[in-house]
Amino acid sequence: MSAVESTVSGAGRRRFLKGSAAAAGSLVVSFHIPFVRDAEAQGVAAAPEVNAWVVVQPDDTVIIRIARSEMGQGSLTGLAQLCAEELECNWAKVRTEYPTPGQNLARNRVWGNFSTGGSRGIRESNEYVRKGGATARMMLLQAAADEWKVPVAECTVADSVITHAGSQRTTSYGKVAAAASKLTAPTEVKLKDPKDWKLIGKRLARLDTVDKTTGKLVYGMDLKMPGMVNAAIRRCEVFGGKLKSYDEKVALKRKGVKKVLKVGDDAVAVVADTWWRAKTALDAMPIEWDLGPNAKASTASFAEVLKEGLSAKEAVVGNQSGDAAAAIAAAPRKVEAVYTYPHQNHACMEVMNATARWTPERCEVWTPTQNGEAAHAATAEAAGLPPAQCEVYKLHLGGGFGRRGAVHDWVRQAVEIAKQMPGTPVKLIWSREEDMAHGSYHPITHCKMTAGLDNDGNVTAFAMRISGQSILAGVAPQAIQNGKDPVVFQGLNPPGPESSLGYAFPAVMIDHAMRNPHVPPGFWRGVNLNHNAIYMECFIDEIAHETKQDPLALRRKLLANAPKYLAVLNAVADKAGYGTPAPAGVYRGLAVTHGFGSYVAACAEISVSADGALKIHRIVAATDPGYAVNPQQIEAQIEGSFVYGLGAALFQECTVKDGKIEQTNFHNYRPLRMAEMPVVEPIVMPSGGFWGGVGEPTIAVAAPAVLNAIFAATGKRIRNLPVGDQSLKKA
Amino acid sequence: MAKLNVNGKSHEYQADPGTPLLWVLREQLGMTGTKYGCGVAQCGACTVHIDGVATRSCVVPAETVKAGSKITTIEGLSPNGGHPLQKAWVALDVPQCGFCQSGMIMAAAALLKSKPNPTDADINAGITNICRCGTYNRVRAAIKVAAGGGDAKTAGLSIQHADGSLT
Repeated sequence: MSAVESTVSGAGRRRFLKGSAAAAGSLVVSFHIPFVRDAEAQGVAAAPEVNAWVVVQPDDTVIIRIARSEMGQGSLTGLAQLCAEELECNWAKVRTEYPTPGQNLARNRVWGNFSTGGSRGIRESNEYVRKGGATARMMLLQAAADEWKVPVAECTVADSVITHAGSQRTTSYGKVAAAASKLTAPTEVKLKDPKDWKLIGKRLARLDTVDKTTGKLVYGMDLKMPGMVNAAIRRCEVFGGKLKSYDEKVALKRKGVKKVLKVGDDAVAVVADTWWRAKTALDAMPIEWDLGPNAKASTASFAEVLKEGLSAKEAVVGNQSGDAAAAIAAAPRKVEAVYTYPHQNHACMEVMNATARWTPERCEVWTPTQNGEAAHAATAEAAGLPPAQCEVYKLHLGGGFGRRGAVHDWVRQAVEIAKQMPGTPVKLIWSREEDMAHGSYHPITHCKMTAGLDNDGNVTAFAMRISGQSILAGVAPQAIQNGKDPVVFQGLNPPGPESSLGYAFPAVMIDHAMRNPHVPPGFWRGVNLNHNAIYMECFIDEIAHETKQDPLALRRKLLANAPKYLAVLNAVADKAGYGTPAPAGVYRGLAVTHGFGSYVAACAEISVSADGALKIHRIVAATDPGYAVNPQQIEAQIEGSFVYGLGAALFQECTVKDGKIEQTNFHNYRPLRMAEMPVVEPIVMPSGGFWGGVGEPTIAVAAPAVLNAIFAATGKRIRNLPVGDQSLKKA
Repeated sequence: MAKLNVNGKSHEYQADPGTPLLWVLREQLGMTGTKYGCGVAQCGACTVHIDGVATRSCVVPAETVKAGSKITTIEGLSPNGGHPLQKAWVALDVPQCGFCQSGMIMAAAALLKSKPNPTDADINAGITNICRCGTYNRVRAAIKVAAGGGDAKTAGLSIQHADGSLT
């Protein structure tokens, strides 16, 4: 058995990747269609599927099909738990595989949506995934009952072993799977009561860990195929610019270089035997660009546009109650502040890459993607072929964070290159510099907030104007309705189950003046909740300070009728010891919000040295996701989202000069590192009754909790992100 | 043909002068466990050992590695993923996306050779690799578990494994 075939979680991969000892131990990928030839490869009879979600092999190995992508967030394991919970199979023999988008299309979307973003993987699909497991269980039991000629109601199952107590007979899923696969699926399926769950809620180990510790897991970048060539690409660094000319002779005379190809109207690729040769030839090749209309744009010019939006007459309302403007006008006192949030790149550890093979009849793509169906659509469009003649094979992602879901620019490029070399598999890998120059950036916004106060310091009205980019306007303009991008208001919506403002103000006006500078915005882990929670939670702190109230007491007062917000807030305050003395020199800050269906809060403990150096010591973080499928993985997501969120809050900004992004690599786009990582104490507190996401919500409370603690320590209110080189020396 | 000693075996390869060791490993020798992350020695995803020293292979021209030098990659760290760090990594479910983890483990292995019982400060100084998913705290815990003899229960994560064991 080859290295790849031993992949613990890689049953799906096994079906289209064949390990090979040839070519100095390199990996060779076959072009077979998944599901069919794994059995051929292993010389065993192919196991028929019980239903779309479940395949049981004769040795009782259960393969659970996972439609959503695994990018580190752990939902591959969580989704398998959901299916296995109802299936009643032996967890130790569970494997997973990805169905392909092409099969989903051919089978009338039997696996539903493949999109893996917005922390939706589990919360949106849990019901039909559990039903998939329950249906398969019923069919397997029926097959055993039929064989024994006993009523199915007399049969029970545990850990893949079916028992008929009356006749003391047992069999196993593997033995009856072939018969079960021929049965008609039941239409009436009853799911377990949550109190009877055995796997959901357990702190189970992930299914995909081992090969990530040995280097065996094959990422998109690692693919190797017979006859494959490698491509490096450069797209005009100014968004909207075009390719004017290039001197291909310079590249073509270098060793190993096979082709220099125009890609679309704004990029050029060098194709060579190795990627290193392709990349260095591209670096050496003179290229001229038509920089287009954005050649003079800069971060400063964007700021002017956004600043104007803060006082513009036209704006789209997201949350309104009462007459906030009148109440503020009549208020004896006001608190007012303006905040800003920058462009940021996702900077996934694995840069964008895809391998494509095009013939006039068929186009296939292998790529890490958060949305196999969108990658499939992009493939078909770029290939100029009907979707039925295209296929996409997903690989585990080396990070996603939203970059690999909405737009598949790198897939289109790979297909456009492959189309110019029919029959030859081409692996396109972006350099880190290309990845930094062509992100799908966290949108920029400015935000002006005003609170009207009465003579006792009570808030009488709250007004919030957001000015800035709309992600949907960039990636899905058809989703904009009457000028409104609903995603803009994450965490600020009227009361409801999704991303709502918890604070009860007598009057509220929250609106958005859409301003879309040319740098393309995208969904960036936490999306608009990130900056909205910073704005809201820091401003609540400002109100508390102005009215001489404790920030926790003020939040409790305003959240008196929002018990789920209060519960997470109180949990972090209690565990952190808020209200009791902190260690000398250590200060605390709080934040609470609601996003992606979950309630989250954080309490940060920080210190600032005399020369202004920040140290984040500890963060206590609570999340109520309704149901917690795998608490130890939720804890990992909480910790991880703080790394992502704190790196962004402290260091990260993509600035624009002459129309292009100035940051090029990790030396000038700095992530958080080990030495800066605080202790994180996660509290997972599922209250039941709803399904919230976990990959993103907690990122939103990381920054405001720390910023509020910085204010407590120094009296300095950081209103422009990132903290960067703003002085934190005590005022 | 030039030669490199990788994971105890001598390999012949052909590459243009200046080709980084990383790309010789990945493209000439077919060892893709070592990753490209930045190309400028910032992220550490490409970390290998050269004569036991953790080295960012993306900035080391292959021809500058002496023929007698011993290179160890993630594929050669242990025969079957049995290095104490790999065991601790599995016990604590350290990886998320996993892409940086080869380099992270190689950096940690070099750290433990020079500091068998590293302090938090030693870990901070020795592990400067970038992880975007944010596994740092479990990386730290796993290094301590490995250094402390391998009892993963000391990390207090309470993870239930498929074989029924609990760590």
